[in-house]
Amino acid sequence: MNPIPMEQSLMVAAMLFSLGLIGLLVRRNVIFMLISIEIMLNAAGLAFVVAGSHWQAADGQVMFLFIITMAAAEVAIGLALVLRLQSDLPTLDVDAMDQLKGGDDA
Amino acid sequence: MLNYLALLPTLPLVGFLILTAFGKSLSKRSVVAIGVGSMALAAMLTIGIAIHFLSAPPPGHVFEQHLWTWFQVGDLAPGFSLYLDALSLAMILVITLVGFLIHLYSAEFMRDDDAYARFFAYMNLFVSLMLILVLADNLLLLYLGWEGVGMCSFLLIGFWYKKPENSKAAQKAFIVTRVGDTAMAIGLFLLITQLGTLDIQELGVRASEKWPVGSGMAVAAAALLLGGAVGKSAQLPLQTWLPDAMAGPSPVSALIHAATMVTAGVYLIARTHALFALAPVVLTAVMLIGLLTQLTAGISAVHQRDIKRILAYSTISQLGYMFFALGVSSNGAAINHLMTHACFKATWFLAAGAVIIAVNHEHDIFKMGGLGKKLPVLFWTMFFAGCGPFFSKDGILAEVWFSDTGGPFLWLLGLFGVFVTSIYLFRLLFTVFLGPLKNDVHWKPGLAITIPLVILATGSVVGAIVEYPRLLGYHPYATGTEAAHASPYLHAAIGKIAVGVALAGIYVAYRLFVRHKHYEAGEVVVPHITLRMRRLFAAGWYFDRAYHAAFVVPFQATSRFLRSELIDRGYDAVVALVQTGHRQIRRSQTGRLRWYAAGIAVGAVFCLGAVLL
Repeated sequence: MNPIPMEQSLMVAAMLFSLGLIGLLVRRNVIFMLISIEIMLNAAGLAFVVAGSHWQAADGQVMFLFIITMAAAEVAIGLALVLRLQSDLPTLDVDAMDQLKGGDDA
Repeated sequence: MLNYLALLPTLPLVGFLILTAFGKSLSKRSVVAIGVGSMALAAMLTIGIAIHFLSAPPPGHVFEQHLWTWFQVGDLAPGFSLYLDALSLAMILVITLVGFLIHLYSAEFMRDDDAYARFFAYMNLFVSLMLILVLADNLLLLYLGWEGVGMCSFLLIGFWYKKPENSKAAQKAFIVTRVGDTAMAIGLFLLITQLGTLDIQELGVRASEKWPVGSGMAVAAAALLLGGAVGKSAQLPLQTWLPDAMAGPSPVSALIHAATMVTAGVYLIARTHALFALAPVVLTAVMLIGLLTQLTAGISAVHQRDIKRILAYSTISQLGYMFFALGVSSNGAAINHLMTHACFKATWFLAAGAVIIAVNHEHDIFKMGGLGKKLPVLFWTMFFAGCGPFFSKDGILAEVWFSDTGGPFLWLLGLFGVFVTSIYLFRLLFTVFLGPLKNDVHWKPGLAITIPLVILATGSVVGAIVEYPRLLGYHPYATGTEAAHASPYLHAAIGKIAVGVALAGIYVAYRLFVRHKHYEAGEVVVPHITLRMRRLFAAGWYFDRAYHAAFVVPFQATSRFLRSELIDRGYDAVVALVQTGHRQIRRSQTGRLRWYAAGIAVGAVFCLGAVLL
């Protein structure tokens, strides 16, 4: 089995990251924004794994384990926040949550 | 008895403290008991001290009482020490005796005033500080009294502070004298740095050791002290505050602006004469200032209509005479005139105050007339008191004739001043008391007003006969008068010419204001003087106007200019810049999560780009 060239794998990771970023910027639904963040995290994880296989080192996979742990924690907190916000503002539209903007009188 | 000297300033001070602390709750009777009582005690104590001093003179005719060291900074350790010699004895006699009589008069004069206790509190404080001024053995303690009496003068001129013009007059007096006081303070600093002491006797010794006659330092020191004296004694060019100071109650004018405080400048020059002797130029300046002041103020006095302003200009003029005498080093003649004048002018001010009450607060002498029959006591006390100073003035004139710096020409100018003096004094007297009756008088002065007037008038007349300073053993006369004492006949004759001229002045005044009825016309004062000149004289030679143009207007213009905050404009620009920047940056704070995420992404791209490229 021919190993997949590193350039192609990294290209996939970059595309995934870009997709996640674009999703984060264009979607207004807060759930989809969380999903986009997950995609970006996994893109980063993929890049670590690719790098680990290239240099034949376990570090990349170890780092991916950390990223999964962190992503789980992030989702837990993120979803909790979404639930709170949803009960305060009966919407999932992230643009409605702009109370921290600089007012003219501030 | 002399050991009780320290009690002298303490008595009125205690009176002041009691009246300040409890004045509001005391009845008028107890206010009088404290305010006038403390002065009565002080006057009796002074008489006791004077008798002791003259009958059993202390060694060297000087009594010193060191109370405590005020403070110590390096070598400078001014003491709170009193120094009594013939000169300060003369001054404390004037202050306590004339002061007591004026307090007694005030007890009746101010009876209807609500702020009775405040009045006596200020008066007592004034007397206390004035006594410290004349008894101080060093210039710093003297300066304490000097500024203190200035403050009391301010408080008492503005005593009826509810009228804005009174407050303005008080401020004017305070600010104008402050010009002189600043010069004096600089003089004290000069003396401390150059001679290392402020003790008056020690200063004289050290100065004559260190500075040759006419040296620059001596001239500077004497000139700066003269600045203080000129301000306090209302001499040219700082005389403008005194006529306005008449806004205060009449007893205040009598005590502060005629008898005591304004003579502090004369006292200062007499006291520090050792310094002035080292600076003959300054002494000549003293003489010329005195001469000019007495002539200009005398001529102005002839053209005033307000009874108290006449007396104010007269006081300036008489103080000019004292400076005239000091300028020819004839301190004895100056102090003699000071004491006689204190009695004379106190009488006139007190009587003028009574006249003003009697004619229902009218100040214009041409709206008064014929009061002699209604108020004979006032007329006769004023008349007799008015004769006193001519005799003390002839002493000054004789000294001027014989002094090295004086001479017949200056004597002649002084003589003209005597002539003017008798005209304005008797113009006032004749206009107010002679002629047809013009006013309703339903008021008679009581005993508390009559007694002080009679005693003060007697004091003035006696002063014309005996020379008080000689009586007290104070007779430093000009050196040039040795020639005079060689020919006492000539000395006396030259002096007596002044009396003759004064009589001529009285006759002229009689002709002008009684016989020719010029007082009816009001405006006509002396014939052959144009209206423009009369206005010039009546306005005090336009000094006020000149000072207004030279100092007040530029000062106000500068303040107005600076009020636009030219320097602040620079700081305002910084503030505006920061505020605008803040407003712009604030717009990026949209509160939108996606906007921030985009910001992070763009930032990351920039950073990566910077690192990679």
